[in-house]
Amino acid sequence: MTAEAIYAEGLVKRFGETTALAGVDLSVPTGSVLGLLGPNGAGKTTAVRILSTLIAPDAGRARVAGHDVVRDAHRVRQVIGLTGQYASVDEKLTGLENLFLIGRLLGKSRADARSRARSLLTRFRLDDAATRATKTYSGGMRRRLDLAASLVGQPRILYLDEPTTGLDPRARLELWALIRELVDSGTTVLLTTQYLDEADALADDIAVIDHGRVIASGSPEALKARVGSRTLVVRPENPAHLDAVAAVVTELAGAAPEVEGGRVSAAAVGTDVLPAVVRRLDRDGIAVSELVLRGASLDDVFLALTGQPTVPTETDDEP
Amino acid sequence: MNPERGTDSGANAVRAGGASSDGGARSDADRSNAARADETAAPPAPELPARVPLAAALQQTLALAWRSLVQIRHNPWELGDYSIQPVLFLVLFLYVFGGAVAGSTDDYLAFMLPGMIVMNMLFVTVYVGHGLNTDLTRGFFDRLRALPIARWSPLAGRITADLVKQAWSIVLLLGLGIILGFRVGTSPLHVLAMFALLLAFALSFSWITVLIGVIARDPEHVQLFGFTALFPVTFVSNVFVPVETMPAWLQPLVNANPVSILSDAARGLLVGGAVLQPALWSLAWALALTAVFAPLSVFALRRRLSG
Ligand SMILES: Nc1ncnc2c1ncn2[C@@H]1O[C@H](COP(=O)(O)OP(=O)(O)O)[C@@H](O)[C@H]1O
Ligand SMILES: [Mg+2]
Repeated sequence: MTAEAIYAEGLVKRFGETTALAGVDLSVPTGSVLGLLGPNGAGKTTAVRILSTLIAPDAGRARVAGHDVVRDAHRVRQVIGLTGQYASVDEKLTGLENLFLIGRLLGKSRADARSRARSLLTRFRLDDAATRATKTYSGGMRRRLDLAASLVGQPRILYLDEPTTGLDPRARLELWALIRELVDSGTTVLLTTQYLDEADALADDIAVIDHGRVIASGSPEALKARVGSRTLVVRPENPAHLDAVAAVVTELAGAAPEVEGGRVSAAAVGTDVLPAVVRRLDRDGIAVSELVLRGASLDDVFLALTGQPTVPTETDDEP
Repeated sequence: MNPERGTDSGANAVRAGGASSDGGARSDADRSNAARADETAAPPAPELPARVPLAAALQQTLALAWRSLVQIRHNPWELGDYSIQPVLFLVLFLYVFGGAVAGSTDDYLAFMLPGMIVMNMLFVTVYVGHGLNTDLTRGFFDRLRALPIARWSPLAGRITADLVKQAWSIVLLLGLGIILGFRVGTSPLHVLAMFALLLAFALSFSWITVLIGVIARDPEHVQLFGFTALFPVTFVSNVFVPVETMPAWLQPLVNANPVSILSDAARGLLVGGAVLQPALWSLAWALALTAVFAPLSVFALRRRLSG
């Protein structure tokens, strides 16, 4: 096959008046993970739907595993797995039946489909719920089943559209671990997300998308270097200590912090700064009411890349 | 289908050939080692099929039909919709109207049961559109479309499952009717012909509910829309009341209604009387409905999926 598992050039898609994609280029080397990062309404789902043959682009072209997504859609479908933005399992079937059905649709024998379903349920810790209708599942369980469903055919290329949106932190970390396992076994992944930390945690490369355009791309490190990875925020209990705190932060973070609203904040600091600041403030006897090291948010990324915070376009999309 | 499976079985075939040519010299352990090595080694890229073979598409249709039927196991109330509801209708109409319309419940049963079966068949078709709309709005249809399956199998699977539900509710109503005193006045062959005719009509009528299923915003609207449209159509027919008792201006409408024609055919096949003419007209209606609504539905579905 080609070295590029996914290759897209100039993808354009309009929905009536809305231009969902305004010329998107993407390239995902085989075996790597691309994080498509962007706010709500940026065009992430539209891109995934084109790359998974669900809709045709108005202009541009895309190849997946060397097959054109429009002209050779059936071949593309044989190598991909899709986990859409909204868990799409049959709510009236059990977890086992959902996976069994997909195995059967992929041409497996009854026995093979059943054993594949069972092993996926075990791997995704859904054994106990295997014979319950999925409408009784929690959000996290449904997400896991959805992911399992897209793995029944052992796809070489996997699309994950906002896999952790709406999940609690524990379920989110669990899903991250599962995704990492897949990547380790050689699956190429295109992952969309609204969270910089998620792209950072999972992706080899990130493409930042906004208003249907890729506005920046590169490794997470390169992107964070442009953004400033972390912000240190310190709020002294006594506002009279603001200057003293600012001096400490200047010394330890190596740059002049911003002092505003009773808080001192310094961008782009390393992880070692926080404990150093804690020790110094403790030694100097300065009490603080707030002390955090905040990871860069999507807003920070947008602020750095476009000079504007993310503009919430329309709230929700899906037809 | 699955590329991995394809290469696996290919590799197995080659191995089997090798083993026989060297006279089975290789031990079982060797062979299973070889099998393991084959599983881990990246298989040479196989040429993937460009389209779905017909046999595979039929198997996919059956798998999807199985899915629609097995849903009932976890949602018993759904079974109630095509079991309890028609039974209630039959019993209520029979004992409340029987005396007034036909003089006795026995005579009324002979007149009304075939029409009742027709009416119930039409109502059951609404579930085709309802189920399709559920899949479209809840995203399951997209999951199916991203799989390497025939484009028509999800719809064909639904309709196949519907035929099973149809057959079930016909058997149910006929069985209950017989318990309540209905006597089949024809032959088993006629009864089979009635099944075939009704299922053929159900098949064509499903296209209307498919269209509703594609257009409607959510499953509740499909039901509302479907049942609201079906009530007048089935009541302005000869299902419950002989047409002669209706006002003269209404009679042409009732006689032209395909529900009346199909009910006449069902009466002929179950009780006795004219069969050929109403049966042929019913089939003509079925063909006409399919010719109009199948292309419309497919067109509407394509449109909905492209946006
Ligand atoms: N089927 C559709 N019909 C009309 N507009 C749509 C449709 N799908 C997406 N859009 C619009 O296209 C834009 C991009 O949507 P989407 O790709 O879903 O963004 P994201 O997944 O990044 O949130 C949005 O403005 C959305 O409202
Ligand atoms: Mg989206």
